[in-house]
Amino acid sequence: MMEIGLAHYLTVAAMLFTIGIFGIFLNRKNVIVILMSVELILLAVNINFVAFSSYLNDMVGQVFTMFILTVAAGEAAIGLAILVIYFRNRGTIAVEDIHLMKG
Amino acid sequence: MLYTFCFYLFAAVTVFSAIMVIASRNPVHSVLYLILAFFNSAGLFVLLGAEFVAMILVIVYVGAVAVLFMFVVMMLDIDYSELRKGFQKYLPIGGLIGLVLLAELALIGFGWGLGGVATTDPATATPPLSEMSNTEALGSLIYTKYAFLFQMAGLILLVAMIGAIVLTHRKRPGVKKQNINEQVMRRRGDAYEIVKVKPGQGLS
Repeated sequence: MMEIGLAHYLTVAAMLFTIGIFGIFLNRKNVIVILMSVELILLAVNINFVAFSSYLNDMVGQVFTMFILTVAAGEAAIGLAILVIYFRNRGTIAVEDIHLMKG
Repeated sequence: MLYTFCFYLFAAVTVFSAIMVIASRNPVHSVLYLILAFFNSAGLFVLLGAEFVAMILVIVYVGAVAVLFMFVVMMLDIDYSELRKGFQKYLPIGGLIGLVLLAELALIGFGWGLGGVATTDPATATPPLSEMSNTEALGSLIYTKYAFLFQMAGLILLVAMIGAIVLTHRKRPGVKKQNINEQVMRRRGDAYEIVKVKPGQGLS
């Protein structure tokens, strides 16, 4: 068996990232699963940061992981709040019905 | 040997549960698999020697974000099977884009030589574990060199909190609420009045 190196962790992160992107395309109608896919993508980024931090022997990667965690938590909170008021006003969360702004 | 085994276990479970997050039929199951993915990536972080970030991941993601997702999924009354109608339709294009992305990432990885990293002279080197624990090293960095960024992270959380409250708060009619200002401003004269009642007349 191979020695576990940086490449192994990067591979896991790349797979998670791809699964996240795939999830956004697959669940085009369900905003909740799209938000979960975004969380998966951010998790992949975090794994990359921590892996590089560990193998480059540099502490800054872990510091920035904490900041990413902060932003991810804020993003999830705001996203779900918007989702709740959208559901309260329209009675649905289907992405296709969200076209009031004609974007 | 144990390290290798643990890595493959954590990595496999993480990737499997990530797949189940996007593929499972019931959003509640999706959230539960998301929690599993977070726990196992916390295990990966522990393997990498970043214990503090691993514990923060468990606390913040599993304890806060995933529970928030669960709460919203269960609170909204949605027909989820309706939302899954286009699943087969989007499968080819999504799979194509995923494959292209994976191929690109693999190209970058192999082109870069998989791990041929310059390890010279890190800006802020990790102190050896015999000197300082991971938490202590992280703390000695974020409270000194990255103090402003740390404050900024706190501000972001504050703004997110205020935003979420402002967005979801609504005034419902017919709910009795305490008005402290009114209570404090109330004087003796507002509460009662003295009526002189003549004998035999009563109060109309």
